[in-house]
Amino acid sequence: MTLLPADPHVITVGADLLGEALDAQAVPRTPVEWRPPLRGTAAALARVLADPRRSAANELAVGRLLSARPQLVGVRPAADALGLERGTFLHAGPPITWERASGPMRGALIGAVLLEDMAATEEEARRLLAGGRVRLDPCHHHGAVGPMAGVVSPSMWMFEVRDAEHGGTAYCSLNEGLGKVLRYGAYGPEVLERLRWMGSVLGPSLRDALRVTGPIDLRGLIAQALQMGDELHNRNRAATSLFLRELAPALVEAAPAHAAQVLRFAGGNDHFFLNPAMAAAKVSTDAARGVPGSSLVVAMARNGTDFGVQLSGLGDRWFTGPAGVPDGLYLGAYGPADANPDIGDSTITETSGLGGFAMAAAPAIVKFVGGEVGDAITATRSMYEITLAEHPAYQIPGLGFRGTPVGIDVALVARTGLLPVVNTGIAGRVAGTGQVGAGLVSPPAEAFIAALNALAFDK
Amino acid sequence: MNSLVKVVQGVYHDSVSLMRVSQALSALQGVEVAVVAMATPLNLDLARDLGFEIPPAEPSELLVALRAEDVTAATGELERLLGELSSRSVATESAGFPPRTTRSAARLGEGNLVLVSVPGEHAFGEALDAVEAGLPVMIFSDNVPVEQEVLLKRLAEERGGLVMGPDCGTAVIGGAGLGFANVLRPGPVGVVAASGTGAQQVTSLLDLAGVGVSQVLGVGSRDLSEQVGGVSAMRALRLLDEDPATELIVLISKPPAPEVAGAVREVVDKLRTPVVTALLGTSDGDLTSATAQVLDRLGRPVPDWLSWSRPVAKGSVRGLYSGGTLCTEASLITPGGFVDYGDDVFTRGRAHPMIDATLRLEALAKLEPGEVALMDVVLGHGADPDPALRLAPAIEAATRGDVQVVIALVGTEGDPQGLRRQAEALHQAGASVFTSNAQAARHAAGSAR
Repeated sequence: MTLLPADPHVITVGADLLGEALDAQAVPRTPVEWRPPLRGTAAALARVLADPRRSAANELAVGRLLSARPQLVGVRPAADALGLERGTFLHAGPPITWERASGPMRGALIGAVLLEDMAATEEEARRLLAGGRVRLDPCHHHGAVGPMAGVVSPSMWMFEVRDAEHGGTAYCSLNEGLGKVLRYGAYGPEVLERLRWMGSVLGPSLRDALRVTGPIDLRGLIAQALQMGDELHNRNRAATSLFLRELAPALVEAAPAHAAQVLRFAGGNDHFFLNPAMAAAKVSTDAARGVPGSSLVVAMARNGTDFGVQLSGLGDRWFTGPAGVPDGLYLGAYGPADANPDIGDSTITETSGLGGFAMAAAPAIVKFVGGEVGDAITATRSMYEITLAEHPAYQIPGLGFRGTPVGIDVALVARTGLLPVVNTGIAGRVAGTGQVGAGLVSPPAEAFIAALNALAFDK
Repeated sequence: MNSLVKVVQGVYHDSVSLMRVSQALSALQGVEVAVVAMATPLNLDLARDLGFEIPPAEPSELLVALRAEDVTAATGELERLLGELSSRSVATESAGFPPRTTRSAARLGEGNLVLVSVPGEHAFGEALDAVEAGLPVMIFSDNVPVEQEVLLKRLAEERGGLVMGPDCGTAVIGGAGLGFANVLRPGPVGVVAASGTGAQQVTSLLDLAGVGVSQVLGVGSRDLSEQVGGVSAMRALRLLDEDPATELIVLISKPPAPEVAGAVREVVDKLRTPVVTALLGTSDGDLTSATAQVLDRLGRPVPDWLSWSRPVAKGSVRGLYSGGTLCTEASLITPGGFVDYGDDVFTRGRAHPMIDATLRLEALAKLEPGEVALMDVVLGHGADPDPALRLAPAIEAATRGDVQVVIALVGTEGDPQGLRRQAEALHQAGASVFTSNAQAARHAAGSAR
């Protein structure tokens, strides 16, 4: 009778009284801190959990996410890499119109229109955008991601990341640095000047350097950075350093005239590696797309107005809720009143088990999550409750080299009521302001509830 | 008296914990009535019956309804009690992040058995986690849709697991009593029961006769229905057949579907271990006679079952039961009006009547003079720690109102409540007390002719 234990250790879930009855008999037990599922999910949960495809579908989908091998293979202009045509602008998050766009999204679009010389003045750019004569499309619909406003126009250069395991490709723009930058909605002359330099010098130099190095293994680089105190969303200092260590000799060889300038620029920006990390995350989560019956989350993204999620089993459909205002630390005299609602595709890092999910790896930035190292550990620990797996390569030294929690299961989100922990930068709500802080944001439960219900009931 | 009604969002506690809070508040000086419960339709109705004006509320919200001289003092105490409930979770949280699902608890690797008692509409996910983790699971919860039960049992069958329940009230596995469990001595009898209180009756009588159990495997009240097809009963029978400690098996059920009973009897005939069946409503007889058969097969004498009897005058019998099988057994023995307060309709968002006697006591108070109340009182772990404490005054009041009370007391001397202590207190209050439910029913029926 091996099935029936001779020395029972009971997992108890439900009424305390029945657990206490076991305590009275000195029977060891593990109590579950159960609570009712998110509102409006009971029927959908029953159906999704009973779906005979679910278990195998999730195993397949998360297996692909875990086995992806992202490699940085090139740097190319968006016109060439994405076939982006003049008059088309990509943006972060689920689809958005100019009318519903927030301040920083509008600011970034204005900047991009000016950059592409489609308007001479801010006023003209606004009229063009408001008149609907440009096409707006999510980065995610083009195999791309962009931090904060995530605006991509044809002349901008992109990191190109390939999944050596499954063959997918994903793109992300080049990081401009901090402060007044396009992705935070700033579009002043210094912003445009920097973008032009990035197009004429930074992009081509990186392209030439990568031709010397050959593909750079981002999976290995990210794994090392986690062990050096990065979580790859709000802290990329170690990863940026490792990245430049790989690139520097090749830059000197391939672009001697610009190498010092490029290295000074990239080295002066602790977030330079955020963008390759995002492309790596995107190519990995894309590998998990399209598995019928799977409740795995393959994208979380915000456009400054809506927070959207996509599921492996539901194609390219977005499920949205209102983007929340982050809770965090503010730069200078800025405060919560200056903050825009949550924005950016950078939540692709959390979707792939990094960022807030790897918070325990980054004690240096615990101020964002409440101030104590214990809070960072709790943040990561809580995410194991809503994820399907632990990453075999991305490990956290402080948790005994346990793999990061990876593969958000929308059914587990609904059951536990635990929403993904998201680290983020905070953009100013007025177009043109730029970054005002960084912190933590809670996604809207509605998006996950809607996704689960669609998985349960839509055919 | 002042009233306070409020609905609180974002707070969840199980029905038993909240019942304790309600009772503690009601016991306060100057508090007339206190209802603290999740806002299920049943609980909202109860509060309305108590004269409260109830706003619309969802089952996931907490309902508070108070009538007291000093409402502020009562709410202060309420906050303190709810705070105590919450601080327990904080204490476990600081020791590491506690598992939020059975899946997550199973991954910790220590658990080898799962006990699910969340509200029935949410039990499926937890039980499925157990089945997928390859762990035997007891589902104490009722109100679980039957198609979920069928699916769980089919998956467990495919994986060589065991699903006990839903609506499985009791089990004893490896010496651990799960759910409502009497303290039983170890011994040679293995029990398979599609009935919690049926198993408790048989095992408690065996204990009185000095005979112990190897395992008690509940399979859930619907297992022998046509839809479920006895999947778990057949699996449990085979498991006990392989158990060297089990010399004799007893199979207990409420009236089964005839074709399922036939299939189960076919399995029984192929086992090496002898089996005594007590399928109520068939030719098997009642639970007390089945117990006597077990003792005969083991070559043990059948004792006179303990009782504390009083003469009962003629009157119509009103069965007020907490145990479904005991209720069915009694109704097969004596004519009368029977209500099983452990039925799903009475337990939605409410503690089981073995824990919370309120509904039964209300019914007892409403009986007409001359009627005979036939009730069960079930002892053991998980049950009311001192049922006689609330029951004795109600029996005294009923007796004064010329209502006669006959009680079937199911339990053992080893139970935390103590069989004799309970029996004497109930008897002293005016009730006839029997350890055999069948005898209690006959005693009540004797007067009904």
